[in-house]
Formats: sequence, C-alpha cells, structure tokens
Amino acid sequence: MRPTLAMRGLCKSYATPVLDGIDLDLLPGEVHALVGENGAGKSTLSRILAGLTPPDSGTLELEGEPYSPSNKRAAEQAGIHLVMQELNLIRTLSVAENIFLDHLPHRAGWIRYPQLHRDAAEVLARIGLPHLDPQTPVEQLGVGQQQMVEIASRLWRPCRVLILDEPTAALTDPEVASLFHQIRQLQSQGVAILYISHRLEEIRQIANRISVLRDGHLVATRLATELPIDDVVRLMVGRELGTANFTAGRTRGPIALAVRNLHAGDRVQNISFDAFRGEILGVSGLMGSGRTETVRAIFGADPIESGQIFLHGNTQPATIRSPRDAVRLGIALLTEDRKGQGLFLSLAVRENLTVNTLPSFASAVGWISRIRETASVRGWLQKLQVRCDSPEQGIAQLSGGNQQKVVVARWLLRDCDILLFDEPTRGVDVGARFEIYQLLADLAAQGKCIVVVSSDLTELMMISDRIAVLSNGRLTAEFTRHAWTQDKIMAAALSGYLSPTTTP
Amino acid sequence: MNRPAPHPVPSRSLPPASRWPREHLGTLLALAALVLVFSLATRHFFSPANFRTIANQIPSALLVATGMTYILLLGQIDLSVGSVLALSGAVVGVALSQGHWPLPAAALAGLAAGALCGAFNGLVTLRWRLPTFIVTLGTLEMARGGAHALTHSQTLYLGSAIESLADANVLGFSLPFLIAITVVLAAQLLLTRTVFGRHVIAIGTNPEAARLAGINTRPVQLAVFVSTGCLVALAALIDCSRFQAANPNAGIGLELQAIAAAVIGGTSLMGGRGSVVGTFIGVLIIAVLNSGLAAVGAKEELKRLITGAVIIAAVIADLYRHRRP
Ligand SMILES: Nc1ncnc2c1ncn2[C@@H]1O[C@H](COP(=O)(O)OP(=O)(O)OP(=O)(O)O)[C@@H](O)[C@H]1O
Ligand SMILES: [Mg+2]
Repeated sequence: MRPTLAMRGLCKSYATPVLDGIDLDLLPGEVHALVGENGAGKSTLSRILAGLTPPDSGTLELEGEPYSPSNKRAAEQAGIHLVMQELNLIRTLSVAENIFLDHLPHRAGWIRYPQLHRDAAEVLARIGLPHLDPQTPVEQLGVGQQQMVEIASRLWRPCRVLILDEPTAALTDPEVASLFHQIRQLQSQGVAILYISHRLEEIRQIANRISVLRDGHLVATRLATELPIDDVVRLMVGRELGTANFTAGRTRGPIALAVRNLHAGDRVQNISFDAFRGEILGVSGLMGSGRTETVRAIFGADPIESGQIFLHGNTQPATIRSPRDAVRLGIALLTEDRKGQGLFLSLAVRENLTVNTLPSFASAVGWISRIRETASVRGWLQKLQVRCDSPEQGIAQLSGGNQQKVVVARWLLRDCDILLFDEPTRGVDVGARFEIYQLLADLAAQGKCIVVVSSDLTELMMISDRIAVLSNGRLTAEFTRHAWTQDKIMAAALSGYLSPTTTP
Repeated sequence: MNRPAPHPVPSRSLPPASRWPREHLGTLLALAALVLVFSLATRHFFSPANFRTIANQIPSALLVATGMTYILLLGQIDLSVGSVLALSGAVVGVALSQGHWPLPAAALAGLAAGALCGAFNGLVTLRWRLPTFIVTLGTLEMARGGAHALTHSQTLYLGSAIESLADANVLGFSLPFLIAITVVLAAQLLLTRTVFGRHVIAIGTNPEAARLAGINTRPVQLAVFVSTGCLVALAALIDCSRFQAANPNAGIGLELQAIAAAVIGGTSLMGGRGSVVGTFIGVLIIAVLNSGLAAVGAKEELKRLITGAVIIAAVIADLYRHRRP
C-alpha cells in the first residue's frame, strides 16, 4: 500500500540533535502511535509535518508527491492538520469562533452568526459535547473542555493526515471514548492518523502500529498486536519499570485539612471532606465536575461564598483569602493550566523553579545568592530528570513534559505541608510519571497531606489511599482502597447528573 | 523500582551576571556610532565642555526613565510622569518662594507630592483593576491642573534659594548627575539581584501565575508606582535647581521620552523584560542625538523626524535579537 505520508531521513537539531534520521510511513486508514520519553522529539516531528518548523535535512512525500510545507497554512491546504500539545485558543472569543476562526462563514465580511453557531453545535455534538453552548467564551472553560474545543477545531476539516499531539492529557474517560469514536470514523475514511500519547493504555486500544522514538532515533515500528505494553515501555525508557507499590509503608497521621460545606460558584456545591497527614487523597470526577474549582477555592485562588476550612485539627477555621495566605499556611496548589497559570514563559528554567522560594536563597534584605539558588535548581533538575541544556535555558524551549516537571519541582522546593496537585502528571512520560508517583509516596510517608486531582483513573487507583468522587459540583462518594472498583467510581461520577433533584 | 542513572544538567551557558555587556552590545555600538558620526561632522561635538553639558542635561530624564522602566517591567505604563514633575516642582517652588520654607523641607514636600501621585495611580489601578493607561491619563490632567493652580500659571523664579543643589559638584561631576547614576546602579541591582526585582519580573511576565505562586503582587506593584512618583519628584527638584525656577508647563512630553529611552534600551512594553542599564544607554542615545543634531544645525522638525526613526529602528533591531526559532 502506498503511504499517505512518507518521511525520509528527517533531521533536526537545536543545541543538541533532537531528531536524527527519521524514516517513517503513515499508511492510509491507520492509527499510528508515536511514543517516547519527554523531550524525545515527538512534538518536534509533528511540528515539522505541520509546517511549523523546517527540518534541517530529510524529505517528505505526500501521496508520492514531494511535500515541503513552508507554514501551517500550506500544510493545511495539503490536508495535514495538527492538534498541538499546548492549548492555542483565543480566550476572549467564543467556542464557535475558535472552532471556525480561519473559516468564519460570512457575507461580504459580515459574520453570519446563526450559521456559525449551527455549524459549531454540530461539530460539538459529533465529538460528544452536545451540551456545550457554542457561544460560551473559551476563558470560561476548564482545561479539559478547552482541549476538546481544540480538537473539534481540527476535526471538521477535510484532511488526509491528522496529527494529535497528546490530545487526551486532560481528558476523562467519556471524552476519550468519543474522541476515539471520531478517530475510528476518520480511519474508515482512509485518513492517516499520527497519535502521540503517554497513556499507553489508550494506545493499546486505538493504535494499529506503534513507533518508539528514543534519543532522536526511531528504535522500533511494529504492529500494535506484536508489541505488548511492557515492551513499549522498555523500548522507550531503556529499562524495566517493574511494578511498584506506591501505597506501602505509610500510616495515616492526624487530620491536616478539613473542608466543611464549601460553596464557590456553581461548580462547588456544599463540599465537605477530610484529608490526613501521611495520606494521598485522590479526587476523581468527570470533566467540569468541579474538581479544579474545589482545590482552587481551598487555595484562595477563587473567592469562597460560604463554608469553612480547618487546618491541622484547629477548631478555628483558617482565613484564606488569597493564594498568598494559603502558601503562608503551608498549602501548595499545582494548577492544571500549565501555560496560562503556571509558567513564566519568557523566563529561564531557574527563575521558573524558584519564583516562590526566593527568600530562602536571600539575605534578610532580599539580596539573592545566585550560587545557592543555582545549586538548588540543579539538584531538583537532576532529581526529576528534567531534560534541558542548563538552568539558564528559556523554559519555552523545553518539551511539555519537562515543563511540567519544573512546575512540580517549584512546589516541592517550597516544602508545604498540604499539597494540592491538579493533574500533576499531565504530559509526563511513563518513566517520569513513576518518579513523580514515588515522590508523592515519599512525601506522604514523610507525613505530608497530599490531594491529587486527576482525570486518569488508573493513576488515581494506583497511588491513592482514598478517592473522593465529585459529580456536578457535589461530592457524591468516597472510597477507601479496598472498597473501590472502576465501575463504582464511574457510577458515582455520573450520579450527580442523573439525580432528579438537580438539573444538569 | 530501579532508578535510572541521573543525567547531569550541563552548565554550558554563562551565569547571568556576565550576560549584560552582550545583552547591550547592540545599543552600545549604536551609541558609539552616533558619537563618532557627530564628532566627525562638527568640531564642537567631541569636547569636554559638550559632554559636561550633556551630563548636566540627562539626570532628570534618567531618573524618570528608570521609574518608567520598572513600570513597563510590570506590564503597566505611566503617562502622568511629565505632569507629576510639574506638580512636584510647583510644590517646591511655592514652598520656597511663598512659604519661605528651608530647602530640605521644601524638597520633602515635593517628594511627598510625587509619592502621593504614584500611590494614587497604583491604588486606583489595583483597587478597580483598571488599565494604567486610563488611570495615568487622568492623573496627567489632574496633576497638570494642580501645577497651574498652585503657581497661578506663572513660572516661579526661585533664584538663590535652590541653586546650591545643581552647583554642588564632586570630582567635576554635578551632584544631580551623581545622584542619577547612583539611582541607576541601585535600581539595576535591585532588579537583578533581589527578591523584589524577581517578583517584579514574574508579575510582569504572567500576573496570574505569579499570584498563584503565592507572591503578594499588590504591595510589589504599589511600591513600584510610589517609587516612580518619588523618582519623578527628585527629577523635578533637579530641574528646579537647574533652571532656578518652577514652571507649571515643565515636563510636557516627558512620558514619551522616558518610554522611548526604555524601549530603545530593550525594555518590552508587554512586561517582564527589560533592564535599567539598557534604559541608561537609551537615555544617552537620545541625549547624544539631540545635542549632536543641534550641533550640526539641524532644525527642530528634522530632529524629531530622526529621533522617531531611531526609536522604531531600535525596536525592530530588538525584535530580531529576541526572535524565537
Ligand atoms: N525552540 C527550541 N530551542 C531549543 N531546544 C528546543 C526547542 N524546541 C524543542 N527543543 C528541545 O527539543 C527536544 C524535543 O522536544 P519535543 O517538544 O519534541 O519533545 P516531546 O517528545 O514532544 O516531549 P514531551 O513528551 O515532553 O512533549 C527537547 O529536549 C527540547 O528541549
Ligand atoms: Mg511534546
């Protein structure tokens, strides 16, 4: 069969070689999974295919014709579309406007809004978001929904090749299912799909063939049926990960965080729970169920309408009016929106890592000791295996997973007692993911209180001692390790939308 | 679980402290080129007397531009500096000529006026989350009105009451020049070496991320506004002593000069990127351009045309230097 897109000897170097002689064929109607560690060069490869970065050498052929896109538009005209790893929506525009931004229906320049909204509603319904109003401004959406809108904005276009760069990093199971449904439809129309993900479970479900990228080389391209997940991992990271137990060796300590009747906006309705020292509490729920909003309210990032928060068993409720107050009281929040709310994109890795711990490297008058700062940064970069040229490298140049490690390290450096981690492994590769799990387990064993929000249920079941389930802004169930099953958790996650007392 | 052998983080790039001469190489070369061109074009330009004149002209511009650099680093803008300069000058003038206050007391009153204007800008901006462009546009009008009201729209001649300040000199440098240089150095170190400076950069780069990192953003921003007001008042005091007068029309267009100097020196209007040393070089470039064009006998309209072109060229050059691959 003639490949839709053939890559021959693609090379790309920045400070160091990133891609080194890549030969890869994408066949019509196949889902080709591309896996590799953080910084292996997956996004670089997809940017080359989509015309965003020129390769240093090598050639591309699209259905037998030479293909060298000079920009994104040229690639799209040739039928190659890319859903990028980072969110690239325009926050002030509506969902519909974002989906059709470069093809707004108009008559002599006047936008035809009725048609726009009709078309957008149809696209949204197709990818499983029938209830999302196309007129909603994007800034009101959570990261998961933004990700879906981003995908929707590529899916309606006629295409020959679709590249999805970690499309599911912030999605929960139902959205993943409807995405896969769409992918299978495109597949049956003969579209070639390049699928990049760190969730190997998904790859097993959807991929026909798997290619593994390591240190700039393609180390294997096999049929998915011939390559078990364990082998994928070994090829990716070059070692066995084994099965670790992330819950052993810790005992639950005294109470650290008690939340009572918390209300904040529609997404946080009467939430009460306890979290203890020496414990990891998982928070599960569907997209838009209020998980992020709950931790943000606790952290003082959004105003609380009513409810109380008690810390460390105090009988007096704590006053947390701003993130500043929360941090002073020893609470940390890792935000889910890395680019918008976590990173200082134009600054260096070092400055990103130490931004909230500067006083600990400084004298009483605030004079920073660069030597101590850099030494500490180096230590953490090494501990989390961050791939970068030096602490002075701009953070924007790091791969997505490595950026995530830097923002995680920022809070570990701060040494808070209560750690609220919203999607801590978003975009992180399997090896580093296990490192982060181990780190969380170690922190819990040291007696920290850890709350992990995650859309990846497998992950939560692996690391948590208890899992609280939110549904439609309410806490609908809480399970201990021995009581939960995937089905029970999913049922609880849906229950808030079904109960007759609430209107969805 | 077996852990991988850690791959060390290589230490390739230079520590940031030694980065600044390279960072400003372009503007320094441009400055040198201007000096060279004007020196060749006229004989009067390259003389100690002319350089002394330039050194006496720049201190107030330098102080204002330093404050402006911090404001721009925060991602804000301050259009009111020119009017605040006139208002502070008017306060000093009225205190000296009508109140017959001693010089230190009058100077303090002037500083207080500047600080109050800065605090007003900061508090209104932060309390109602307004764009500083609008807030400081309002302050621009109000402060100018205040200056005219205080002086009854007359230039107040102060004479000997204040000349001591400008005339004092150490090792041949005027006192205002030394003050301005000290402020520039201190502001640069504050920016690059202290917690405060790093927080300013973080807030200017991504205010939401800074807030969620637990930085107390309001006091930092307010401090920058108030300090800028103080620097402007200091500049007013220096101008009063240089002209031995307080003029309610002083400082018209000063905000644009200060922004131009900062931008030429590589400060971004989007916040988060810039340096005080760069601004210093920017002020020098504008001063040399002014004095050089005057020395070759260029008319006012030609001077403005060339100055404008230089600003745009500087920004374009800066864009190329910082372009991402
Ligand atoms: N503009 C750039 N300048 C310098 N280095 C870069 C630049 N862009 C990417 N790199 C480097 O290239 C390498 C590959 O990056 P890439 O984003 O392709 O990784 P990835 O495989 O997508 O990783 P992840 O799984 O974390 O998304 C990284 O080490 C990154 O630091
Ligand atoms: Mg990537």
